[in-house]
Amino acid sequence: MRFLFKTHYNQDIDHLKHGGDRFWYGLLLVLAAAAPAALGTFYLGELNLVMIYAIAGVGLMLLVGYTGQVSLGHAAFLAIGAYTHSLLLGAGLPFLLSIVAAVLVSALVGAGVGWIALRMTGIYLAIATLAFAMLTEQTISRAEWLTGGFRGLAVPRASLFGMPLTQGWQHYYLTLTLLVVTLFAALNILRSSTGRAMVAIRDSEISAESVGINLAVYKTFAFALSAGITGLAGALFAHRLGYLSPDAFTFLISLQLLLMVVVGGVGSMRGVIYGALFIGFLPQLLAIARDTLPPRIAQAPGLEPGIFGLILVLVILFEPQGIFGRWLKIKSYFQLFPLYRRATHRRQKTYLRTERLR
Amino acid sequence: MAKAILRPVRNPAQGSRARGTRAGEGVTLSQLLQVLINGLAVGCIYGLIALGFVLVYKATEMVNFAQGDLMMLGAFMAVTLIGDVGLPWVLGLFLSVLALAVFGYLLDAFVLRRVLGEPQFAIVMLTIGLGFIFRAVAGLVWGYDPRSFPTPYTGESLRVGEVVVSYENFAILLGTLILCVVLFLFFRYTRLGIGMQATSQNQLAAYYVGIPVKRVFSLVWAISAGVAAVAGILLAPVSLVQPGMGFIGIKAFAAAVIGGFGSIPGALLGGWIIGIAEQVAGVYLPAGFQEMAAYGILILALILRPEGLFAQIQRKKV
Repeated sequence: MRFLFKTHYNQDIDHLKHGGDRFWYGLLLVLAAAAPAALGTFYLGELNLVMIYAIAGVGLMLLVGYTGQVSLGHAAFLAIGAYTHSLLLGAGLPFLLSIVAAVLVSALVGAGVGWIALRMTGIYLAIATLAFAMLTEQTISRAEWLTGGFRGLAVPRASLFGMPLTQGWQHYYLTLTLLVVTLFAALNILRSSTGRAMVAIRDSEISAESVGINLAVYKTFAFALSAGITGLAGALFAHRLGYLSPDAFTFLISLQLLLMVVVGGVGSMRGVIYGALFIGFLPQLLAIARDTLPPRIAQAPGLEPGIFGLILVLVILFEPQGIFGRWLKIKSYFQLFPLYRRATHRRQKTYLRTERLR
Repeated sequence: MAKAILRPVRNPAQGSRARGTRAGEGVTLSQLLQVLINGLAVGCIYGLIALGFVLVYKATEMVNFAQGDLMMLGAFMAVTLIGDVGLPWVLGLFLSVLALAVFGYLLDAFVLRRVLGEPQFAIVMLTIGLGFIFRAVAGLVWGYDPRSFPTPYTGESLRVGEVVVSYENFAILLGTLILCVVLFLFFRYTRLGIGMQATSQNQLAAYYVGIPVKRVFSLVWAISAGVAAVAGILLAPVSLVQPGMGFIGIKAFAAAVIGGFGSIPGALLGGWIIGIAEQVAGVYLPAGFQEMAAYGILILALILRPEGLFAQIQRKKV
């Protein structure tokens, strides 16, 4: 056990609480920076994808995990970010400017959706976002004069400060930088009064409202923030895909993003990273597992979504806190070593709470 | 990733729409009637799936995103029992509805009861996951090739003036009507049905008067899965049976929300609204509007009346 001796109030809101944290996170950052030297092109590309997922996951986590608003349509914001970025880049805008524009456009659309969604809660909100995503997908596939529809849209090459981004490691460092910046920004928002207000809304709308939090403002802000960050991920995702078409942003992508948040652990930023690693490397694991399975099962085209579904069900039934929650349990087992009791982490009994009365 | 099976199925009544006239020939009354009847038939399917959502939601406040996939399983059961095993038609139908009902009961007893009272979000994710599992299992067992479902009445149609109603659509309308009457009588006059109503109105009070609430919940799930099977069997002749057919569940969801998510007549009405709007948009509006109609109406409905046409949510009075 570690006991912190606090000498200043600001220590309560430090990101890195003590020397151990600083050491491990520093080591992680060094390892991440050194990865291109050690990894081959393929795994570097996969790691790049994982970090893009993680950026989108940070966006979704702010909304789902910290504000308590469910969105089943985040693929739409990913698509909006990707298309805006590619179109503007194609129109000759510099890379940085067009990424900023993609983030702004996504955030604006997100604010619109959030504003519409203000009056809805729970399932109604989930379904409205789902409908929004479906409409976006249809609009993109029909607006051929702008997006090329199903013929697709080639993503122009990016160049940063006059240097063309062609190599995998260049994209890797770009994504890594943006991920670190996004995470830092998100964590800073969460320890500000804005973030505290969002968490208050998650825990109870009525009590948040009664301590003077303006629900409309903060919910709309949370939607815009989440959509903007997801749009940033979308812009990076466009370069990863190289060629955009509407069926790259289906309902399944929205689900994958949600799966990431749930499996990683709702309500923790570290969970996002765990979830992104899980989502990113699961297809590779499945590809390896396919060799050992009987061919009838291994060759089935629906295997991957089925496994996704199975994992989702198992996580929700047995470990609702996700990988992050499991990690907390393991850690406390070793910290308390001979004294660990299962009951410490036992879930409280839950009762049906009606949503019909509000 | 297997994209093909994940793409939503096209409009289930495509076959019947091809028989209607395309846009550009001017609106005649008989054409409009034709479109309305086709829309009504599609709407009945949406309504039946929505009915399944609503039954479960009313009793247990769970939102079952796997309802469309239960419908798919029902259709596959019927295809297997009637097409492959060769059972007589009526017996096959009865057995597949029964099989799904048992499946629904077990699903609640073993899986869904454990998450009762968890946040809504967890339940939504759980049922989405279940839907994916059902689809994968159906793909493993029955394969991904679309299969047709022959019925004694396939290919025949009823002609009234210039309006043509195929027997498949007629069966959908009739089947929905019969099912609704049966459900109405069940909820109104049987002991169990009244017990279910009591449970959905006030769980605690239902316990106090001696209703076995857990078993009632499972039975509600059984009925809901049975209704889904009926929807699947009625839909099967006009569309093809394949693991991805459950995706129309999303549109049925729109129907349930428009109807107020908790109101049984509302679910049917919502289904009809969406079915008719889709058909009208398909015939009279440019391409693409047919797919967007359901979601457009949904968003419009949520903006104008967030609590649905038949509101179920009341403000708590302190």
